Amino acid sequence: MVESPSVNMPSTTPLAPASPLTALAAVSRAVASARLVALGPAARLVFRGREAAIGPAGEAFGVALPREACRFNAAGGRFAFWLGPDEWLLLAPGAEPAPLFAAIEAATTGLPHSLVDVSARSTGIEVAGEKAAFVLNQGNPLDLSLGAFPVGMCTRTIFHKAEIVLVRHAPDVFHIDVWRSFAPYVWELLEDARRELA
Amino acid sequence: MLIITCPWCGARPEVEFRYGGEAHIARPADPSALTDQEWADFLYNRTNPKGLHAERWRHIHGCGRYFNALRDTVSDFFVTTYKAGEARPDVDASSGGSK
Ligand SMILES: [Zn+2]
Repeated sequence: MVESPSVNMPSTTPLAPASPLTALAAVSRAVASARLVALGPAARLVFRGREAAIGPAGEAFGVALPREACRFNAAGGRFAFWLGPDEWLLLAPGAEPAPLFAAIEAATTGLPHSLVDVSARSTGIEVAGEKAAFVLNQGNPLDLSLGAFPVGMCTRTIFHKAEIVLVRHAPDVFHIDVWRSFAPYVWELLEDARRELA
Repeated sequence: MLIITCPWCGARPEVEFRYGGEAHIARPADPSALTDQEWADFLYNRTNPKGLHAERWRHIHGCGRYFNALRDTVSDFFVTTYKAGEARPDVDASSGGSK
C-alpha cells in the first residue's frame, strides 16, 4: 500500500453526511395542507434478535421494543419501530450512533442477535397537514384512515417504486424513512402529488 | 388490487408481496440415499394443481417474513394464510378465511 502524501494536504474538518434532499428542499413550495420537511441526521440501528436479547436491547436503548406488529414505542425523543417479528429500527434523531451501538452491544453480549448501524443508509421526510394522507396515497396503496392506520403505527411499505418505512406520529403527521438514493425520487413524487394543493 | 393477509401484518396490498413457490416441500434428510428420479422430483417436480394450492409468499415490502397461503389457482382467491412451520389448514375452496 502506498503511503498517502503528507505534504500539500489541506487541513480538514470531519465530513458531515450531506442530506440528499438539501437542494430539493431549498426550492420547495410552502403548501400548508401538505408540508414537506427534509429531516436532519439521526442515529439508525437495525436490531434483530431472539427472545432473550429483545428486552435488554430495549433497556439499553431507552425505549422498550414493541412486540405488537406494526407499532412503535417512543421515549426521550427516541423511537423503536417494529419492522418484523424479530426486527426493529431504532431511531435517535440528532444522536451519534456509536455510543448507542456500544451500549446495546454491551447489554446483549452472549445473546443471539444482530445489530447494524444503518445511520447513513436512509434519510427522513416529514409529510404533515390535513392532506398528508391524501398526498401519500398517490403512491402508497395502504388504507391510511385512522381506523386502519392509527397514530402509533409504523410499517415497511412502498411509495411508487421505492420501499419506505411509513410512520404515523399524529393524525396529520407522517414520517417516511427512505434509502438515500431513493430520497429525491420520493421527494419529487410527493411534490408532484401536492401540486394541486395551493 | 388483490389483498393478501400477512399472518403478522394483516390485510395488505398485493404489490408488497413476492411469490415463493410451492409450500411444504421438505429437503430429503439423506439425499445420497435417493434415486436420481426421487432427487429430480424434489428439485423440479411440483404438484401444479387446478384448485387449492399451498404456496409460499414473502411480505418483502412489509415485515419481510415468509408465510404460507392456500390459493385457488382457478379463481386466484386466497382461502387462508398461515405462518411458516404450521401445518396446512384442512379447508376447502369454498370456506371463508382471509381473502
Ligand atoms: Zn407482514
